[in-house]
Amino acid sequence: MMHKHGKISSLKLKGKEITIALAGNANVGKSVIFNQLTGSKQIIGNWPGKTVELAYGKLNYKDNEIILVDLPGIYSLTTYTQEEEVTRKFIAKEKPDIVINVIDASTIERNLYFTLQLIEMDIPLIICLNQIDMADKKGLIINFDKLSELLGVPVIPTVAIKGVGLKELIDTALKNINRKPSKKIKYSRDIEDAISKIIDYIEDNNIVSPYSPRFTAIKLLEGDQELIEKLNVHRGLINYVEKISNKLMKKYGQPTYAIIASQRYMYISSLLRNVLNVKEPHKTLAEYLDVITTHKIFGFLTSLGVIISLLLWTFYVGDFLSSIIEKLFNYIFIASPNLQGTLFEVFINGALGGVVAGITLVIPYVLPFYLFLSAMEDSGIMTRIAFMLDTLMHKIGLHGKAIIPIILGYGCAVPGIFSTRILETRRERILASLAITMVPCSARTVVILGLVAAYLGVEWALLIYGINIAIILIIDYITSRMYPGETPGLILEIHEFRIPSLKVIFRQTINRTMSIIYLVFPLYIVGSGLIQVLYKVGIFGYMDQILSPITHVLMGLPTYTGTLLIFGFIRKELILLLLPQITGTFNLTSILTPQQIFSIALISTIYIPCISTMATLIKEFGPKDTMIITILNISTAIFIGTLLHLFYTLFP
Amino acid sequence: MKHKSVSIEEYLEAIYKLSRGDDLVKTTALANYMGVKPSSITEMLRKLADKNYVEYIPYKGVKLTKKGERLGSKITRKHRLYEVFLWKVLGRRPNNIHHEACEVEHGVSDETDILLCKYLGSPAKCPHGEVIPACDINVSSCQACNVELSGRTTRKENLKPLIWLSEGDNAKIKFIRGESKVLRRLYDLGLIPGTKLKILRRAPLNGPIEILVRGSRLAIGSDIAINIFVSKD
Repeated sequence: MMHKHGKISSLKLKGKEITIALAGNANVGKSVIFNQLTGSKQIIGNWPGKTVELAYGKLNYKDNEIILVDLPGIYSLTTYTQEEEVTRKFIAKEKPDIVINVIDASTIERNLYFTLQLIEMDIPLIICLNQIDMADKKGLIINFDKLSELLGVPVIPTVAIKGVGLKELIDTALKNINRKPSKKIKYSRDIEDAISKIIDYIEDNNIVSPYSPRFTAIKLLEGDQELIEKLNVHRGLINYVEKISNKLMKKYGQPTYAIIASQRYMYISSLLRNVLNVKEPHKTLAEYLDVITTHKIFGFLTSLGVIISLLLWTFYVGDFLSSIIEKLFNYIFIASPNLQGTLFEVFINGALGGVVAGITLVIPYVLPFYLFLSAMEDSGIMTRIAFMLDTLMHKIGLHGKAIIPIILGYGCAVPGIFSTRILETRRERILASLAITMVPCSARTVVILGLVAAYLGVEWALLIYGINIAIILIIDYITSRMYPGETPGLILEIHEFRIPSLKVIFRQTINRTMSIIYLVFPLYIVGSGLIQVLYKVGIFGYMDQILSPITHVLMGLPTYTGTLLIFGFIRKELILLLLPQITGTFNLTSILTPQQIFSIALISTIYIPCISTMATLIKEFGPKDTMIITILNISTAIFIGTLLHLFYTLFP
Repeated sequence: MKHKSVSIEEYLEAIYKLSRGDDLVKTTALANYMGVKPSSITEMLRKLADKNYVEYIPYKGVKLTKKGERLGSKITRKHRLYEVFLWKVLGRRPNNIHHEACEVEHGVSDETDILLCKYLGSPAKCPHGEVIPACDINVSSCQACNVELSGRTTRKENLKPLIWLSEGDNAKIKFIRGESKVLRRLYDLGLIPGTKLKILRRAPLNGPIEILVRGSRLAIGSDIAINIFVSKD
């Protein structure tokens, strides 16, 4: 498996390969097609200078070496979101040999809006009309040949999830390389006049634009910021466009982008009259499910139920897997911390301990978590949860969609923080990330289960989860009030429920688990070695003393908690693993009170983002905001720890 | 409320608030809201009915006519815009500006209304969280309002914000309030004036509204839905 997380300098590696890009709205099945075609040989990388991820993979087909690129899901080719900008620039700069526009047949009207803009880019293009089975269920009968004829672009119907039509799709793509759309989308006469005037101006003055003249002219008319900035040196052109736009705006009484958008949709409506035949839809099970999952009361209960099931499933399956893998591993070798030998040996021993713990403790929890989560995502329940929880999330300065990265954080904070990119503003991303840093991830789950569930009972472990959610809500509520800025409104597409595809779920789970290994494990392993060295050097005794005013005086915990918490910064589950070693006994109840056990577990979940999370935060938001998040974590933990201590003292 | 001749406009404003445009308002509810005895408002309601502002059904209640809804929304709008002005611009506290706005609203001209709205950046809510109704200029967006036009016409139908609709309602988009960034996003998704939509679901606690538009389903947060104005089918 080739997995890399890094920058792709250029996709034209040898110039021999054929580049095919998949473009389309979100959730139309691009990634399914991508996975079906490339198998597991995919690389996730960032396009230069941008944080939006592009997945690309290779496939060999009929003596052709093909590079397939999965572009982000977007609704328009303006540059209002990073995804839109990346897609547009990618198509213009990398010049893929052909673009496959993936369309969800069941929402064809909205999808074609994006198609029209791709046609305007004047690039080699074919259309993949996906999910025709879903369209069929909705009673939408589409005349593919007519659609192809009217748009001047080949159209291939597919059901990607079942692999139907994909071979034909690639064949058609290969056949149509360098073949541009044969038709133009015509606007009303005055808009067309305006477009040709601008094209003439561009050509007469030899102005170089990264896009086709027609696309450039239309986007300038639409008031596209990126293009205006880029062509700003040609003041004459910009002024000329402004003059033309003003005339149009006066005539229509609307901004030009509104005129153009309306005309595009008018064009689509008239096109569909010749292409689409609407019949009575079948009543499906999915619709009944919809009624339940978005019901005023049952909707909340199902949302809550699904999230709790996800956690319980992770606990039980994780515990089961972990015990099996641990036994298997113990046959191979036992990596217990060893402080004998040179510093180098101690380092290697610590790093090895990190590898073993990662495989026997963290991965067993991460795997079932991602399995369940992928099934949730593929089924469509996630958008219902986002819908139901929007109001609650607004209270903490976020909107419903933010629940998705936060739930992801229960697996591992690192991919959770990466996926906050689905949110619109930096403010929302930081607020969501702050929540994610305090969510009990797999490693912290190990601590909670190993300490609280094992010594006090499962109900106390669940209480920790409950208290944790309350803490997150309160901290995010306060932070969102102190961090001014608006929460942009929710606009979320709701997809039909579907039975998740096992193949998609497995692949998604494997990809995600592998990316944890690549993203998290390096720091985790090196850190484990280093911290063991520091331990041997013996500075932890001093650290315990320095931290004891907090750990001992305020929180009422033993002084060696300082050492535990410092180790936990590298790997949260070390807090559990080291307790018996430091205290010299496995019978923790003999040296710690139940209250202390409870406190240690709760504080461990919130006190600091681990080293890998911190690295991710720095990468995404820079050191300053990372510091703020970290300080918020630490101060919350001190406050909660002190509060618990006070509570125990008052009500022994 | 001050003891003063309670004008027709005050009543229309109250009925508008209680009915969200065109629902039936019970006489007792109206009397409660106005702080008077039910028996004492009958005369006023007859007067309103004579002027064709309401349909008055004795013992049942009162319903705004198109004409009454139009005037009621206009007064409500002026009241709430003026409150925003007092609050945001002059820094008055929201809890004691209601009565002042009640006095002023009757004297604000339509022209001042528009200028106030532009100056305040087309606000969606008054300081107490109530929706500010749309203006009655025949434009499809605030952005269109900024385009200089020689003559302006008034809109024929009465508009309602999307958040006032119920599950199952069909409606047509007529006007979208707010800045161009949101407008562009909505336009890209096909929510352009003239588009038909159906309310599929409303999340509880003022949550998002799920609509069916152009064959696809969209959940729209209430802070955006408050700015989408429709005419009900």
